[in-house]
Amino acid sequence: MSVLFDILGSVGMWEAVLRIATPLILGTLGVLLCERVGVLNLGIEGIMTFGAMIGWLTVYSGGDLWTGMVAAALGGAMFGFLHALLTVPLGLSQHVTGLGITLFASSFSYYVFRLAIPTSSSPPTVEPFRPLEVPVLSDIPFVGPVLFHQTAPTYLALVLVALLAWVLYRTPLGLAIRMAGENPHAVDAQGIDPIWLRIGTIMAGSALMGMGGAFLTLAAFNSFFPTMIQGRGWICVALVVFASWRPGRALLGALLFAFFDAFQLRLQTVVEGVPYQLFLMLPYVLSIVALIVMARRASVPQALMQPYRRGER
Amino acid sequence: MRFERRDHPSRLVTVLAPIGAILAALVVAGVLIAIAGANPFRAYALILKGAFGSRLGFSETLTRATPLILTGLAAAVAFRARLWNIGGEGQFYLGALAVPALGMIPAFAALPGPMVMVACLVVGAVAGMILLLIPLGLRLKFGVDEVVTTLLLNFVAVLFVSLMIEGVLKDPLAFGWPQSVPVPDHAVLPKLMDRSRLHAGLLIAVGMAIFVWWLQSRTVFGMRARAAGLSPRAAAFAGVPLGRTLIAVACLSGGLAGLAGAIEVMGVKGYVTTDLSPSYGYSGIVIAMLANLNPIGVIAAALFSAVMFVGADSMSRALSIPSYIADVTVALSLLTMLVAIFLAQYRVRR
Repeated sequence: MSVLFDILGSVGMWEAVLRIATPLILGTLGVLLCERVGVLNLGIEGIMTFGAMIGWLTVYSGGDLWTGMVAAALGGAMFGFLHALLTVPLGLSQHVTGLGITLFASSFSYYVFRLAIPTSSSPPTVEPFRPLEVPVLSDIPFVGPVLFHQTAPTYLALVLVALLAWVLYRTPLGLAIRMAGENPHAVDAQGIDPIWLRIGTIMAGSALMGMGGAFLTLAAFNSFFPTMIQGRGWICVALVVFASWRPGRALLGALLFAFFDAFQLRLQTVVEGVPYQLFLMLPYVLSIVALIVMARRASVPQALMQPYRRGER
Repeated sequence: MRFERRDHPSRLVTVLAPIGAILAALVVAGVLIAIAGANPFRAYALILKGAFGSRLGFSETLTRATPLILTGLAAAVAFRARLWNIGGEGQFYLGALAVPALGMIPAFAALPGPMVMVACLVVGAVAGMILLLIPLGLRLKFGVDEVVTTLLLNFVAVLFVSLMIEGVLKDPLAFGWPQSVPVPDHAVLPKLMDRSRLHAGLLIAVGMAIFVWWLQSRTVFGMRARAAGLSPRAAAFAGVPLGRTLIAVACLSGGLAGLAGAIEVMGVKGYVTTDLSPSYGYSGIVIAMLANLNPIGVIAAALFSAVMFVGADSMSRALSIPSYIADVTVALSLLTMLVAIFLAQYRVRR
C-alpha cells in the first residue's frame, strides 16, 4: 500500500496528469464544438495525426514552435472544412465521412512525412516546448510545480476551456451554435444560416484537434512517428459523452482520464507479475466504462447527426 | 444552388458511381505524385505492372485481396443494417489468434486433418463474433453508440494479442521474438498456385461473398436486416424482431472479420504477430462503401484495393514515391465514392 501512497504523493505524477491531459482537453473541446453544432466528427483521429505531423515538420524545417502550433491548427481547420463540406451542405453520412477523413488525413500525413524524411534509423527530433515557470506561484510547495510548471500550450488549453464555456453560454454566437445543434430550423428563422454556422464551427473544432495532435510532437515528445495518436481521438469522442457536452466537465473528464493514465504508467514500474498490456488496455476500457455510465444520463444535442436542408423536415 | 432528390436514380449512374469515384481519387493522388516529382502516368503504369505484370505479382494481388474481401463483407453486412461495426480490425486479430490457441489443446491435435481445418475456421469466426457481440450488447442494453466502442475495442484486441503471444501462446522456438506458436499442421490451407503464397482462402472468401449475396437477397433474414437499417421504427411496426435481427447481423459481420483473420494466419503467415494486419479491418470499411454494400461488388472493390497496395509497393521501389500513396488513394476513394453516391441520388438545381 505504501507504494500507492508514494506514487500519489509524488510531484512528478501530478505534473504528468496535466501534461497527459492537454491533448485530450484540446481534442475533447474540438469534438464538443462540432457536436454542439450538430455534427459528429470522427475525423479527429486523422486530424490529430495531421496536426502532429505538420506541426512537427514546420518546426523541423526551421519554423518556431508557435508557428508549428498555428500550422497544426490551420491543417486541422482544412480537414474540418472538407468534413463540413461533405456532411453539412451535402448531408452525407457523418459516420462514414468522418472515418474517411481519418483514413485520408492519417495516410496523407504518413505520405508527406516519408517524402520529407525519406528513411532514417532514428526519427529526427526538434527542440520542444520547455516548461514555463510562473513567477512566485511556482514556488508554492507541491501545488507550484504541479500547476505552474507546465508548457505554454497546457496553459493555453486551460484558458481555452474557460473561453469556450464563455462563448457557448454567454454570447449570441454560442447561443446560435447550441441552437444549431438542437434545432437548426430555429436558427434559420432567426436569420442566421445554419449551413455556414455549422461549417465555421466544425473548422474551429477541427483546428483545436490539430493543436491537440501538435502538442504530442512539440511538447510531450519531440518527434513524429506513424500511429502515435494511438486512439486518443476516439477517447476524446468518448470523453464528450462523459462530459454531457459541457466544456467544464470535459476538462474534468480529461483530467480524470489523464490521472488514471499517469497512475498506471507509474504502477507498471512498481507492480511486478502483471503484464504491461493489461495496464495499456486500461485507458480504452475506462473510456468504454465512462460511455456505459453516462449513456442514459447524457443530454445529447437533439439535432446531432441530422443534416439540415431548408424546406426539408 | 440546391439539391433535389431524384425520384428514380438511373441504373447507369449507379453503376458509374464507383468508377467515377475511383478515377477522381486517382486524379487527386496523381497530383500528389506529381508534387513529389514523379510522373503520375508512369507511376500508375508501374502499379499495374507490379500488380499484374508477373506471375508473382498477380498471385500476390489475389493473396492480398482474400482478407480484404472478407473484411469488406463484414463491414457491408453490418452497415446495411445500420450496425456501425468499425471493429473489423480487432475482430480480425482475435479470429487469427483463435487458430494457434486451438492448436494448443492436445485433444484437438488428435482429430483427423480436414476436421482440424474446419474447426479452426469456425473458432476464428466465433472469436470475431464474440468481440462484436460485446459492443452490440452495450448498445441494446445501455444505449451506448457502437461506433466508439468498436473503435476502442480494436486497441484492446491488439493488446490482448500482444499479451497472449508474449505469454501462454508464445513460440519458445522464435528466439525471443513475440510471435505465437505456429498453427496446427493440418490447419495450413492448401496452395492454389505452387511457388506463390496464393491459398485456398480465396475460394472461401469468394464463396462467402456469394453466400452473403444469397442471404441478403433471397432470405427473410436478409430482408429483415435491410428493413432494420432503412427504418427501425417501420421495421418494428411490421413485426421485425429488431434485437434478434441485429444480433444475427453482428454474428455474421463479426464472424466474417474473424474468419478473415483465421484464413490469413492459416494461409499466409502460419503464426500470429501484432503486425499481421496492415489495417485490413479499416480497409474493409472503404471496400464495403466502394461496393455500395453489394456483396458481389465487394470482390471487385477488394481487388482494386489489393492492386493499389501490391502495385504501390513495387512502384515505390522504382520511383521512390512513398508506398503510403496506396493508402491515400484508397482512403480518398471512400470520400469520392460518398460524393458519387450522393450525385447519383440527387440532382443539382440552380
